[in-house]
Amino acid sequence: MKRTVVPIGPFHPILEEPLRFELHVEGEHVVDADVRISHNHRGMEKMCEGLSYDQIPFLLARVCGICSASHPMAFCNALEDLCGCEVPPRAQYIRTLICELERLHSHLLWVGLAGHFIGYNTVYMWAWKYREPILDLFEKVSGSRNHYENHRVGGVRRDIPDEVFPAIRKTLDELEPKAEMLLGAVIDDPVIHARTKGVGVLRNVDAVAYGVTGPTARGSGVNQDIRDTEPYAAYDKVDWKVVVQPEGDVFAKAAVRLLENFESIKIIRQCLDQIEPGPICADVRELPEGEGIGHAEAPRGETFHYVRSDGTNRPVRYKVRAPTFVNVPSFKANVIGAELADAMLIVAAMDPCYSCTQRMSLIRDDTRQQSVITHDELLQLSWAKTERIRRQC
Amino acid sequence: MDLAWIVGVFVVAVLGTAVAGLVSKWIDRKVTARVQWRTGPPLLQPLYDILKLLGKETLVPRQARRAGFLLAPVIGFAAACVAAALLWAANIDPSRTLPGDLILVWYLLMVPSVALIIGGASSANPHAVIGASREMKLMLAYELPMLLAVLTSVVASGFTFNLGGLIQSAGAGVAGKITMAVGFIIGVLCTQAKLGLVPFDMAEAETEIQGGVYVEYSGPPLALWLLTRAMMFALMPIFLVTVFWGGFAGGAAGVATGALKYVLVVVLLVLIRNTNPRLRIDQAMRFFWYGLTPIAVVAVILAAAVF
Repeated sequence: MKRTVVPIGPFHPILEEPLRFELHVEGEHVVDADVRISHNHRGMEKMCEGLSYDQIPFLLARVCGICSASHPMAFCNALEDLCGCEVPPRAQYIRTLICELERLHSHLLWVGLAGHFIGYNTVYMWAWKYREPILDLFEKVSGSRNHYENHRVGGVRRDIPDEVFPAIRKTLDELEPKAEMLLGAVIDDPVIHARTKGVGVLRNVDAVAYGVTGPTARGSGVNQDIRDTEPYAAYDKVDWKVVVQPEGDVFAKAAVRLLENFESIKIIRQCLDQIEPGPICADVRELPEGEGIGHAEAPRGETFHYVRSDGTNRPVRYKVRAPTFVNVPSFKANVIGAELADAMLIVAAMDPCYSCTQRMSLIRDDTRQQSVITHDELLQLSWAKTERIRRQC
Repeated sequence: MDLAWIVGVFVVAVLGTAVAGLVSKWIDRKVTARVQWRTGPPLLQPLYDILKLLGKETLVPRQARRAGFLLAPVIGFAAACVAAALLWAANIDPSRTLPGDLILVWYLLMVPSVALIIGGASSANPHAVIGASREMKLMLAYELPMLLAVLTSVVASGFTFNLGGLIQSAGAGVAGKITMAVGFIIGVLCTQAKLGLVPFDMAEAETEIQGGVYVEYSGPPLALWLLTRAMMFALMPIFLVTVFWGGFAGGAAGVATGALKYVLVVVLLVLIRNTNPRLRIDQAMRFFWYGLTPIAVVAVILAAAVF
């Protein structure tokens, strides 16, 4: 049968960020697939080296437009690992609360998008409507609907005023039946079953071999959650459980996210019950020389941050690894052999967040046995562009 | 049949169908918007969309087969116009229709889909080619149960292949009514596929193949497609109401009840579209062949037994 290459991206209605998939299809059958990331390299790690530790969280919140709190959370974990300071309990609870609200809004966003991808725009609009009150909460809690993080080394920047707590409880009470309705809409709909059950199965062994994280791994029966294995913030003080589904198909991943909503609601309620007045930030005067490692469980999986300090107020090296970076390659294991109609749904099921993963990548030409572009050529290009921009100004 | 009658009916039918189609499109968008907690567009928005496209540039891909690519929307539109004339003629005066016009209308209503396949396949875009192949498979899938559903009506009315005859004898007897109701439900589901509405919109599936068959169309040809689609969105409900539900004949009261039936069918189509995700093409084929076709066969046999 004739093989056709179906290009998806870098610009495509399904992709909110630039990325290119090449699906090799025979008829409707995907026989091979390739992915190119790095259409949008932003150089954030390098920028971190030029900022002081108090400025970095603002930049890291912008690594991802959705996990605004997870990246600063991992940064704080890394820095607190480096300096060994004690974070006051109230700050721990506030961090947990914001991270869980983030998980709620991110999972609802995903449910909506997944509905859109399979042509179910009603679910798309409904899920996003249910997500709206959470964004309003963020505004009440932090003053901003999207960049709601308020982490800093040693604690948080802003306290949550006591009068906001009832509003949070009220929103959660209203959200819970809606989340149940969404869960029911997915669990009981025979057409959704037809589109998602047994589709894009990532077997448990593959999930382990590719090292996937987050709901992508938990949907394949891998019991792995940084909040559970290496508790940070107040996750060890509240009662919750890791949601694991063994099937590995799109349906299982959807179920994991929809069930995690309830765990998040549970965690937030406990935070509200347990939080006590007190200081919100430890006094961190100096950072020692050395290395720090921080993990955080972002809605999409494990976020890993590494910092190397020389004792000044800026890092010598900063490293970010977003969850999508390890999740994307797993499409090799479950997209090949699928139908074209399912291919993008399978990719979407890992909830990819492409701009977070962007690296500078060198493409190697196999016939010439060398890189398509070398470091020096790239440097020349960069200088030429700077020169061109300078002349235009 | 005099020329004035033919020309008059043709003009009235084409204009009427275009208006009804655009209004139905608006109903579709408005109901969809209300279901999704949005406001929805103003009444004239479907018309504005088409007028705007008429003023845009026509781009033809370099590798496309130019003639097929540009002729396809014209063929589709022309077929929709003739089908409209025949359907309206039958409803305006059921006693004065062509013998066997049901078969003619049936084929004419198939032409826009065939034109879509030709247009998509000649546009030299992999997404459009996949869309065309899906449209082809979908046609194979839904035409069979649809034909059988129409046959129930034909059999129940004493083997009339005449739209006027179908209208006059609609649902004679209780058993006839039951079999025709079954045929009607199957007809609605097949119409969903014929109009390319969710769950059967895999030929354009914008989140999979970026609009599929339509991906390379722009400007006036796209406007013509939109108009053809809008007209089909009116013609298919009219066809269903005519074949299964007594049509619009019978003076002012007939037109009023007919319009009510028409709006009911449109809203039914829109609600199905808004409460389902898109199926895969293999699932759609299985649904039509193994799900609906046996039911349609049973309905035809029942209709024949009762008759």
